[in-house]
Amino acid sequence: MKTQRAARAMRFKGMIHKEWLQILRDPSSIAIAFLMPVVLLFLFGYGVSLDARSIPIGFVIDQPDSNSASFRASFDHSGFFAPRSFGSIQEAQQALAERRIDGIIWLRSNFSSSLLSGEDAPIAVRVNAVDANQARITQGYIQGAWLAWMNQYAARHGRDLPMPIALEQRVWFNAALISRHYLVPGLVAIIMTLTGSLLTAMVVAREWERGTMEALMVTPLNMQEMLIGKLIPYFLLGMGGMLFTVALAVWQFEVPFRGSFLALLGASALFMLVALALGLLISIVSKNQFVAGQIAIIVTFLPAFILSGFIFDIHSMPQAIQVVTLAVPARYLVSILQSLFLAGDVWPVYWANMGAMAILLVMLTVVVRKKAYKRLD
Amino acid sequence: MNDPALILRDVRKRFSNGDKEILALDGVSIEVKPGSVTGLIGPDGAGKTTLMRLCCGLLQLDGGALEVLGMDAANEPAAVQAVIGYMPQRFGLYEDLSVQENLDLYADLQGVPLSAREARYARLMQMTGLAPFTRRLAGKLSGGMKQKLGLACALVRPPALLLLDEPTVGVDPVSRRELWQIVYSQVQEAGMSVLLSTAYLDEAERCDEVVLLHQGKVLGQAPPAAFSQEMQGRTWEVSSERVPVRRLQTTLARQPGIIDAIINGDRVHIITAPDFPPEAINLLPDTADLQIRAVPPRFEDAFIDRLGDTEDAIQATPEIRQVEKRETGGQPIEVENLERHFGSFIAVKKISFSVKQGEIFGLLGANGAGKTTTFRMLCGLLPVSSGKVSVAGHDLRSASARARGRIGYMAQKFSLYGNLTVTQNLRFFSAAYNLHGQAQKQRIHWALEGFELEPYADTNAGTLPLGYKQRLAFAAALMHEPEILFLDEPTSGVDPLARREFWARTNALAEAGVTVLVTTHFMEEADYCDHLVIMAEGTVLAAGTPHEIRAMARTLDHPEPSMEDAFITLIQQQEGGK
Repeated sequence: MKTQRAARAMRFKGMIHKEWLQILRDPSSIAIAFLMPVVLLFLFGYGVSLDARSIPIGFVIDQPDSNSASFRASFDHSGFFAPRSFGSIQEAQQALAERRIDGIIWLRSNFSSSLLSGEDAPIAVRVNAVDANQARITQGYIQGAWLAWMNQYAARHGRDLPMPIALEQRVWFNAALISRHYLVPGLVAIIMTLTGSLLTAMVVAREWERGTMEALMVTPLNMQEMLIGKLIPYFLLGMGGMLFTVALAVWQFEVPFRGSFLALLGASALFMLVALALGLLISIVSKNQFVAGQIAIIVTFLPAFILSGFIFDIHSMPQAIQVVTLAVPARYLVSILQSLFLAGDVWPVYWANMGAMAILLVMLTVVVRKKAYKRLD
Repeated sequence: MNDPALILRDVRKRFSNGDKEILALDGVSIEVKPGSVTGLIGPDGAGKTTLMRLCCGLLQLDGGALEVLGMDAANEPAAVQAVIGYMPQRFGLYEDLSVQENLDLYADLQGVPLSAREARYARLMQMTGLAPFTRRLAGKLSGGMKQKLGLACALVRPPALLLLDEPTVGVDPVSRRELWQIVYSQVQEAGMSVLLSTAYLDEAERCDEVVLLHQGKVLGQAPPAAFSQEMQGRTWEVSSERVPVRRLQTTLARQPGIIDAIINGDRVHIITAPDFPPEAINLLPDTADLQIRAVPPRFEDAFIDRLGDTEDAIQATPEIRQVEKRETGGQPIEVENLERHFGSFIAVKKISFSVKQGEIFGLLGANGAGKTTTFRMLCGLLPVSSGKVSVAGHDLRSASARARGRIGYMAQKFSLYGNLTVTQNLRFFSAAYNLHGQAQKQRIHWALEGFELEPYADTNAGTLPLGYKQRLAFAAALMHEPEILFLDEPTSGVDPLARREFWARTNALAEAGVTVLVTTHFMEEADYCDHLVIMAEGTVLAAGTPHEIRAMARTLDHPEPSMEDAFITLIQQQEGGK
C-alpha cells in the first residue's frame, strides 16, 4: 500500500515537472498567461470606453433669446456634450446624415412663449439611431439635461414644475459612470478562460497529435493521474494570471476593489476548474491542435466576451439568448467579479453564482470522466 | 517460463470510416515465444499498428482473445501496461525536453526507484551512444538518435514484453544496426520477449521468428529460414556482359515462368515457378552470354511468392511517348554548390551534381539527410540560400508556367484529392497543366487504361487500395507528358509488389527518354538508378553509378558488398576522417 502510494506520488511528480518544463520553454503559454492580460487591460483600460463623453450635438434655435441661450449654455457646461450651432434645421439634418453630429436639438419659435405661459417647453430631438445603444444613451442624456434645466428654471421663477413627478437620479456603485470600472473586473474572466480553456485544450491536443499521449497511455499512469498532473500547472498558471490582472487593475487602473480577497480567490479557483474541464473536454473530442483551438475560441472565448455580461448586459438580451448564457461559465464569474470590485461582498449574489459554477463543474467532470479513457478507439 | 509471452486467438478488429467498415484484423492467431524476437512483417495498411495497439490495451477487440503474459489485455489493460514496454510508431518524444528529462519522466512514470536509476541510465546511455548528448533537447537530435532515445525510454524499466512499432522506418542504416543490437542485448541480458513490426523485408532475417501479415490476415508464422527454405531451388542470379542490367531485368520480368525479377547489384535476381527449370531461361532471345547461377533464397523471395498468390501481380505500364533528344543547352538538371540554411542549421551543404537526359538519378539517404530539402529547391518550392540550380535550363522558382509544364512532380505524401473520384482527379490535374477538350479526354483515357484504373474510375481516390493510389498519383504526374519527372520517396511504405511495379514503370519512362530524379531511403533501390548520390547530414557522401559506389566498399573478406554495406562503410570512413 505504502509503496503504491509512493509510486503514485512519483508519477505525479514526473508529470507535473514535465509540464512545468514545457510551460517554461514554450513562450506562448507564458504570453497567454501574463502578456495577454497586459494587452487586454491597456486596450480596455484606455482604448475602449462605453461612456458618453462629448457627444457631438447640433443646436437649431429658430428665435434666439435669453431663455434659449440659457438652455444652450447648460449643454455647453455639462461635459457630456459638444454642442454646435446650425442656422437651419436642414443644415443640421445634413450634418446628422453625414455623422458629423449624433443628434439635433431644435428649439422652435414657440419655445419661449410656451415656457412663459407655464406650459411645457417643447423641444424637438432627433437622434441618429444607426447605433441603437449610442442613440439611447444620447437620448437619455439629452432628456436628463433638459429636465435639469427645467428644474432650474422653475426654481428661479418660483414656479412649480409642470410635471407630475420630479425625476431624481442617483448613480450607485460607479458614481462617476466610468465604464472601465466594470469592464476591467470582467477581463479577469476573459483571461482565465484563455489560460484555462484555450491553452489547455491546445496543449492536451498537442499530446494527441504528436503521439506522446499514446506513449503515456502505455505506462502505469492512469487517466486520472495524467489529467490531474497535467492540469495542476495550468491551474496555477491561470491563477497567477488572475492575480496579476487584479493587481494591475487595482494599482495601475485604479479600479476600486471593495470585496474580500478570499472571496475572489474562491470564485476564481472554482471558475478555473470549470474552464480546465471544458478545455480538457474539447481536446479529448478533437485530438488536434488546430481544431481544438477553433472550438475553444467558439465555445469558450467568444461566449465569455459576448454572452457573459462583460460588455453587453444579459438582461437586455432576447429571452432565448438569456437562456443560452446560463451555460456560459464566465457569466457567473463576471457577475461575482463586478460585485466584488464595485459593490463589495454581496453574499446572495456570490453564493448563487458559485452554486451555478459548481453545477457546471459537476456536469463537465462527469462528461470528461466518461470520455477520457486509456484507449484510442 | 516457457509459456508464450503473447497469444492472439482469432483476433478481429473493425474500424468504421463513415458508412464503410474496414476489417483491420481478420482472424489473426499468433504466438510470441518468450525470450526471443518476433518480427511482424507486412506493408503499410496490413494491420501491424492495430495489432500492436490491441496488445497494449489501447484498442478494444471486436472478437477473439488476446493474452499478454498470461493476462487478458482487454479486461486488465492497466495490469498489462504495468509490465510491458511500448514504443509507438511516431514515438512522441517530448521534443522540448532534453534527453535526460525525457528519461526522467519515463522513469518516474514507470516507477523506477531512484536508487536503481543511475546504473540503468548509464547502461542505456552506453547502449544508445547518447551519453554525450544528455542535455540536448530531444527535438535537436538526428532521426536515428531520436529513435534510440525512444527505445531507451521504453526500456527504462526493463519490461517483460517489449512492443516496437516500426522502430527502424526511415532511420539510416548505421542507426538501424545499432537499434537491432540494443534489442538483442536486452533479449540476452534480461530474457525479454520482443514483438517488432517492420516494413523492411531484409530485417526479417534478423528475427528469431517472423509473422507475415497482409491485409489483416496472417500469411504465415515461422523462423525466417523456414520461409526461405520453401523457395529452395527456385532462386537464381542472372547476368550478361552485353545487356545492361536494367534492360535485362525488364525483359526477364515479362517472361512466363519467372515470378519475380529484381536488380541486385550487377545481376538480376529471379524467382522461377516451381516447375520451371532455369535452363529454360536460355531460351531468352539474343542473349547468348547469359550466365545463370543458383543463389540461396532470401526471405523476400518467400514473401513475394506468397503475396503473388493473393494479389494480381500484373505490372500495369502504359505506353509512353518518346521524348525528343534535346540538342541545345546543358544537362536537364544541374546543381552547383547548392546550400540551404534554416536559421543556423545548414540542411544542405554545397552539393553539386548533374543529371543526363533519359537517366534515372537517385538521391539516397536516411530521414534528415537533406534529400527532401534538395528536392524542394530543385522543384522551386524552396528558395536556395546559395549556389545554382537549373532544371531544363531554368530556375523553377522564377520560371514561366510553360517551363514548369515540362516538369512532372509526385509528392511524398499522397497529394491527390481524397474526396474526388479517380477520373475527377485526373481531369483536375490535366486541366491544371492546360489540357482540355479532346487532348484531355485522350490523356484521361490513356491513364485509366494504361494504369488499369478503369474499375476504379468512379471511386473516391481516398478509399483506393494503397497500390492504386500510387498508380493514380503517378498517372496524375504524367498527364502532361513531362520531360523531367521528380519523384519524392515514391516507395516509402509501399508493399514490395507495388514497389516492383513502380520501378518497372520508372524504367519504361527512362527508356522513353524521360529524365527521372527520385529520392529513397531504401538502400537496395539504388541499383535501379543509373547514377546516384548518397547524402548524409546535408553533404554528398558518395556519387557515381551503383557499381562504382559499391566498389568503394569492396574488401577481400567482403567481395560483393550491398548498397547498405557500402553506405555504412562510407559513413565510417567519413567519421574516421574527422
